[in-house]
Amino acid sequence: MTGKVIEEARPRPGVATRPMAARSRYRLVERLIPILMITPSIIAIAVFVYGFIGWTTVVSVSRWQGIVPDLSFAGFRNYAALLTSYRFQSDIRNTIVFTVFFLIGSLSIGLLLAVLLDSKVRGESFFRTVYLFPMALSFVVTGTVWQWLFTPGAPGQPTGLNLLFEQIGLPVFQTWSTVSHVWPGGGWKPEWLRVPFGVPLAMIPVIIAAIWQMSGFTMAMYLAGLRAIPDELREAARVDGASEWQVFRWITFPLLQPVTLSAVIVLGHISLKIFDLIMTQTGGGPGFATDVPGIFMYETTFKSNKYAEGAAVAIVMLLMVSVLIVPYLIWRLRTETER
Amino acid sequence: MTSTGREHGREMTRREMLRRFLALGLALPGGTALLAACAGGQQPTPTTAAPTQPPAGQASPTAPTTGQAEDKLEIFSWWTNPGEADGLKALFDLFSQRRPGVEIINATVAGGAGTNAKAVLVTRMQGGNPPDSFQVHAGQELIGTWVVAGKMEPINDLFEQEGWNKVMPKTLLDQISHEGKFYSVPVNIHRSNMLWYNKRIFEANNLQPPKTVDEFYQVAEKLKSAGVTPLSVGGKDKFEVPHLFESVLLAVFGPEDYPKLFGDPGMWESDARIQEAIDMLDQFLSYANEDRAALSWADAAQRVIDGSAAMTIMGDWAYGYFINKGAQPGQVFGWVPAPGTDGSFLWLSDSFGLPVGAPHRNNAIEWLKVCGSREGQDAFNPKKGSIPARTDADKSKYDEYLRYSIERFAQDKLAPSVVHGAAANEAYMTAYNNALNVFSASRDKDQLKGMLIEAAKEL
Repeated sequence: MTGKVIEEARPRPGVATRPMAARSRYRLVERLIPILMITPSIIAIAVFVYGFIGWTTVVSVSRWQGIVPDLSFAGFRNYAALLTSYRFQSDIRNTIVFTVFFLIGSLSIGLLLAVLLDSKVRGESFFRTVYLFPMALSFVVTGTVWQWLFTPGAPGQPTGLNLLFEQIGLPVFQTWSTVSHVWPGGGWKPEWLRVPFGVPLAMIPVIIAAIWQMSGFTMAMYLAGLRAIPDELREAARVDGASEWQVFRWITFPLLQPVTLSAVIVLGHISLKIFDLIMTQTGGGPGFATDVPGIFMYETTFKSNKYAEGAAVAIVMLLMVSVLIVPYLIWRLRTETER
Repeated sequence: MTSTGREHGREMTRREMLRRFLALGLALPGGTALLAACAGGQQPTPTTAAPTQPPAGQASPTAPTTGQAEDKLEIFSWWTNPGEADGLKALFDLFSQRRPGVEIINATVAGGAGTNAKAVLVTRMQGGNPPDSFQVHAGQELIGTWVVAGKMEPINDLFEQEGWNKVMPKTLLDQISHEGKFYSVPVNIHRSNMLWYNKRIFEANNLQPPKTVDEFYQVAEKLKSAGVTPLSVGGKDKFEVPHLFESVLLAVFGPEDYPKLFGDPGMWESDARIQEAIDMLDQFLSYANEDRAALSWADAAQRVIDGSAAMTIMGDWAYGYFINKGAQPGQVFGWVPAPGTDGSFLWLSDSFGLPVGAPHRNNAIEWLKVCGSREGQDAFNPKKGSIPARTDADKSKYDEYLRYSIERFAQDKLAPSVVHGAAANEAYMTAYNNALNVFSASRDKDQLKGMLIEAAKEL
């Protein structure tokens, strides 16, 4: 903010001394050049982002189900087919479960780690690196490694984490990743719903892997947020007799709200579009208990060659992410214009 | 913030801009050069094969009759594992003998019984960038996907010229033809309905390999009480349980009625034997390991030679896997047709076709000649662990199992595999696979039946 004052106060050398005509021509050029500069990227974005969104929308209401394009209008038949299919209903449930638990897990573990690191521990930078490190890995690596960890060995010969579960007397967890059980499942459900409500157990190992990978990143965000809180505020609270918990609860935590919001946006759009982690860790199985729209879209489009239906999945995914992103963008825009 | 940013931007633009323009100016020609280089590798030539390319420096002794020389051949497949990659290389070697100096581009995409490769292939074909020839399963995968879409060239001349239509079985020829025209050259035959068992476990428990379904149940019960997993099943590649089910369908319907299932969608709803097959699959799975979602077919097969499971039902590529793992056929493991399917041969065949717009069409045709030749098939198949599509193979080049299989192929009733693209189109395969993968985990029989009936709409 101090920079702003200086910028505005500094006179611009050369500008005021030029003759009027040259000056206005200069102004015009100066105005044109930025426009010229951004035109290529605007055109590129218009074509490659919005153009293709439009194209996908067109395909999603077409009859293009095969190698040969058929763009005749099919109405919302593809969407109807999706919404009534077992696999897609399962995908939507899984995405919601994954997003909710992944967000809660990453945010709480990230916050905890950040607060611990912020308490001026020795070797802070070492731990910071350690916690942040999983983020440097590709989701493919994470998925493969955690798949090995969770794979139950041959009967009676548990491997990986299952050995641990066996040792501590919880052999029931060994089959987590290979059963399609949904907890609690059962109960009442509407006629059109073909999949049981609840948390698919096989999703838990995937959520653990995702949290393992992204909580370090959340920690880094929170740590930056914590560092940005002026010490005076906390000091003042302490002088007023607040306990450390009260300082955290009523001073630190509220001031971290913008960080939380940013983290929710970043993590949320990762989880809504997740593909690589699940593809490598479970492949969407067992029986679509961990399947997500991203995998469905890929397989429908490129393995079954049902382009229209694949495009419809893509549009549904876009809408899901928009539900998260658009309010955020509006909020950002509003706060920015206020400023 | 924004206003400051703009002001600040204006301050720094002049010099910065010059630099950026320069950078852009440098980057653009470089980029176009790169693009040109990429495009150079796959120059599309018209289907009529006008000689657009300059002759290669080195003239080959067996110069093509058209007087045109092409310097490249791109072959697309999913053969990356040991055995199959060796077989492919043997074919390449034969091709290089005929056309020395032609550079062979081995475009392979690994994984998932070819499903990943097919996804890549579709995008390439859609983008008008076909390889010179690609691996495709004979049957609906070829006809329903590519031929109907007009993406393949008929190769009747080749079949007549090389006499292939006289040396390949009619059932197979039917699966590569559409409206009286041939569209691909089958290089091999695999058998889907095979049961592989651990000989030592069977001997230790005094058991005979099961021939009928009832015998299978008896054997499985005995093994179960002996503490051995009777049936080892994978599921990770999402085709293993569907694969098991096609053997079950064949056992229930027999080789005459089984193919009708994929021609008459109504049968899935009306025929009572569907329920019988579902019950049978359910019982098979009750003898199988619970952790199949975490195992690939190869992991499942490994358990059989390790001795932690007694049997697995898998195509005869499992034979190649066992051999590669150093297991002795006849000592460590043995084989019989899947329960209840003795006398039927559930086949699938890899073939190569000629895509419309193949960039090096002449080389592609020479490649197809290599693929269809007796010499080529006898070089490829012993390494790949499959049997030749030609019936006049030199049996001495094949080992024990393959000789057995060649014999069965000549005598048994043939039926096309559904999971491996012979019997039905890709959209049906996906729906069928989905249904069975859900069932593998849920074991909900009504749901399976519903999903199979729904899948049949894709037929």
